[in-house]
Amino acid sequence: MSSENTKNVMIIGGGIAGIQSSLDLGDMGFHVDLIEQEPCIGGRMAQLDKTLPTNDCSICILAPKLSDCFRHPNIKIHSMTKVEGIAKKDRGFSVSLKRQARFVKEDLCINCGMCVAKCPTKVLDSFDMKMRKRKAIYLYYLQGVPAVMAIDKVNCLHLKNLEKNKNVCGLCQQVCPKDAIDFTEKDTIYDLETDAIIMANGSNQYDPTPLYAYGYKKYKNVITSLEYERMISASGPTQGHIKRLSDNVHPNNIAFIQCVGSRDEHTNPYCSSICCTYSTKHAILSREHDENLQSYIFYIDLRAGGKGFQKYINRAKNEYGVKYIRGKVAEIKIDEDENPILFYEDLDTFEVSSKKVGLVILACAMIPSKGSEKLAKTLGVELDRFNFVKSSIDSPVKTNVPGIFAAGSVLGPMDIPHSVINASGAAAITAEYLSKGEK
Amino acid sequence: MDDDIRIGIFVCHCGTNIGGIVDVPAVTEYAKSLPHVVFTQRNLYTCSETGLNAIKNGIKDNNLNRVVVAACTPRTHEPLFRGICSEMGVNPYFFEFVNIREQCAWVHQKDKKKATEKAKDLIRMGAARAALLEALDKYQIDVKPSTLIIGGGISGMSAAQVLANQGYETIIIENDTELGGQLRFHYSLYPGELDPQKVLSIKDGLLKNPKVKIYTSSKIKNIDGYVGNFDITIQKGEEEIKFTVGTIIVATGADVLKPVGLYNYDGKKVITQKELEQLIKSGGFNHKKIVMIQCVGSRNKERPYCSSICCMTAMKNARYIKKKYPDSEIVILNRDIYTSGTYQETYYREAREMGIIFTRYNKLKPPQVGKDTVTYYNESLKENIELNYDLVVLSTPLVSYSESEELSKMLKVPLDEFGFFLEAHVKLRPVDFATDGIFVCGTCKWPANVPESISQGYAAASRVTRIISKSSFSVEGSTAWIDQDKCIACEVCLKKCSYGAIARDEEDRVVVRTVLCKGCGACSTTCPEHAIHIRHFTDDQIESEITALMEGD
Repeated sequence: MSSENTKNVMIIGGGIAGIQSSLDLGDMGFHVDLIEQEPCIGGRMAQLDKTLPTNDCSICILAPKLSDCFRHPNIKIHSMTKVEGIAKKDRGFSVSLKRQARFVKEDLCINCGMCVAKCPTKVLDSFDMKMRKRKAIYLYYLQGVPAVMAIDKVNCLHLKNLEKNKNVCGLCQQVCPKDAIDFTEKDTIYDLETDAIIMANGSNQYDPTPLYAYGYKKYKNVITSLEYERMISASGPTQGHIKRLSDNVHPNNIAFIQCVGSRDEHTNPYCSSICCTYSTKHAILSREHDENLQSYIFYIDLRAGGKGFQKYINRAKNEYGVKYIRGKVAEIKIDEDENPILFYEDLDTFEVSSKKVGLVILACAMIPSKGSEKLAKTLGVELDRFNFVKSSIDSPVKTNVPGIFAAGSVLGPMDIPHSVINASGAAAITAEYLSKGEK
Repeated sequence: MDDDIRIGIFVCHCGTNIGGIVDVPAVTEYAKSLPHVVFTQRNLYTCSETGLNAIKNGIKDNNLNRVVVAACTPRTHEPLFRGICSEMGVNPYFFEFVNIREQCAWVHQKDKKKATEKAKDLIRMGAARAALLEALDKYQIDVKPSTLIIGGGISGMSAAQVLANQGYETIIIENDTELGGQLRFHYSLYPGELDPQKVLSIKDGLLKNPKVKIYTSSKIKNIDGYVGNFDITIQKGEEEIKFTVGTIIVATGADVLKPVGLYNYDGKKVITQKELEQLIKSGGFNHKKIVMIQCVGSRNKERPYCSSICCMTAMKNARYIKKKYPDSEIVILNRDIYTSGTYQETYYREAREMGIIFTRYNKLKPPQVGKDTVTYYNESLKENIELNYDLVVLSTPLVSYSESEELSKMLKVPLDEFGFFLEAHVKLRPVDFATDGIFVCGTCKWPANVPESISQGYAAASRVTRIISKSSFSVEGSTAWIDQDKCIACEVCLKKCSYGAIARDEEDRVVVRTVLCKGCGACSTTCPEHAIHIRHFTDDQIESEITALMEGD
């Protein structure tokens, strides 16, 4: 209850949910260990261009929170770290963590970028959805926290050859003005005692490759919504220019297909909740990039229940000329210029039709994050049949394990405000849990 | 001017947001030439850890005592940069923010040259003002570790439970005769046909908890004071009760729209979903042919929002009826079905498998409810279809609670255009108000289902705990003060102040209650005697900016 609180909370996942839970609990006086598997915290929100319905720049509203976390006296960020095991203690848990070697000393690196300039190895950047290359030594993203480099062990020439007892490259080490590069660093395993845990390990996007009819990966001008998100971002691989990947030409019209890998018994039967509105955002932003660009959104039901969302859609229709077509696209083909042609039935007119566009964006389902199942198993947390954390109507942020709570899209598809709400909610329930029997 | 003024100017590229339009290197170079400027630097992202470290090093290496950042907006980033100044021993009010993104780069994207010139103008103005800034302190207020929760529905009760279990004094005020809110009217909750009584059982815990004080059949009469010390007056029957709390949570809930004048609503043969629930609960339901109409009074011109819970409610009721009376015929006329989330879609599919008919109507050709039939235009058959009914059920949206407006005035917090309470930031501060110490949860903010309302209650409790777990709270130092030599006590300012921050003191002088003052300046501009001054926005400081602007080429 006071700032002399000596209890610890471990928060797994440094996306917006984990960040919000950390800040709330940190402010209440709890000691927070924030565990993030990537080199920097920020999660999915850091990858987004704008947020709806206000079209606020996503990283701009996130960045102060990243810094708040980093500077908070009660929050310790454990980056490049994963949960390996857990043991129940008399009170709380002992969690075994594995920290992947960064090969860069966090306390020395000043993020000057001299190493990056010299590094000869280029690697596809997963933060930019593999649409741009980064170096083998890299900053995860420009505003990332902690703002220090990391070396990608798999691709670094020096580290790869070290295994073969050969000493090659090492340019980064030579140019680093702070002697921050440490090739001898090893992965470390350490234990942390904690009184409670919040799972905030987020979600992934469905990979639409198995949906052959849409030709993702076969057709260059069919991309996912997350790829498009990076494309329209000013800090993204095209500096915010909308380009077809086949010929780098700016398209005149774009089709957005909803419910890709969702509301579909063959893939994911559930509704992914956020796609109708974020596709609307994409269409609005596309028009802001180019006032002559025409967008079409193909949908089954238009779902815009959040605050201001229906008005946002009305605005897209009336002010940005976005055309909404009720109907699921059955198949995409391409013409000789690699223009996608969409075949669909318009369910308002009940006519079968086709439409040729320059670019197709697939609004793919939110699915549980890659490591979610393993983590849940480790923690003994029950999942629902889709592998999201199972919660109940009357206790929406509790798991089946006392002392383990959940926040954000690990609980199911949800947007940023809902993630923030149940992240604060999980913080409150954690504080309540830890105070029981004491007053 | 003091020769010891040492200004550092940090110009942000903000990636390409600013750097792609404004010639940042040229602007940074120009900034060097300004009076008192001893250090300039440009950063790719000034708000990144690297940028912040650059400010720290800049202050340390150059003994800076004024910091100017030319970047984005103080709304999101001022606290961060002020914090860095504090950390380095520079008074946070010696920080000056120049907005060259929203007010320059973004609005002048098509004229890079002029945008660059404007950025120079803005920075020159900022530097001039920085030289005249004065050190200020934030005020520390003692905080009472207690909370008033306005509204005893599921959201408010959830917040109360979390707070009281942590040992904080919690007071719930409810204008009805008992706690429970809308949940009391339901016979079951989707998706698992959960008994609402199970969810409402938290009420028993609250009634037993010595930390919880509950006033039913009561109304708020007056709210005064500020974060840490809100003075509350409530009316319970004839009795007036006064107390002080540290924080307030608004959880007044919503009303269900009564569709008077729509679809021949009569409350008998044509009823609302809420009335159907009560009919089922009371055992009075015995109908065979039911037509439900969705989006009645919502997603239209008057209320262009989706109430988000009506589709699931209609399905819950339809499924219940179909299960109990398998030979009943139920048609749900809809525009879009809203079953967003993991279990909802399955719930919808199961409803269709049970034989409930879902069919779409066109917003422009709404169904017509006659004496015994509902007629609607079927788009796929391209003809009018007549459905016989013995009961029509209208799905109407949640609308703002009738007394929200009065309450919003007492609390001095805003409502949105539909009368729902307006949070501080729709994305990142969803249960905060912009006013310190007041929070919001549940359907008084926007339509929400039960788990969402509970989560929001918890979230509001978390935000409250951040404040009441500490003994004091610091508030803004940029406030108004009244020059008593000039003041004629006309009270124009007193009426103008939206925060109740101006009052008569014991000596009958008009004074500013500093802890309540937000430094908005409304009083200062209305004062006929020019007796009111705003700290951090003094006449000198503002005039220096105007002069600097005019000094441009």
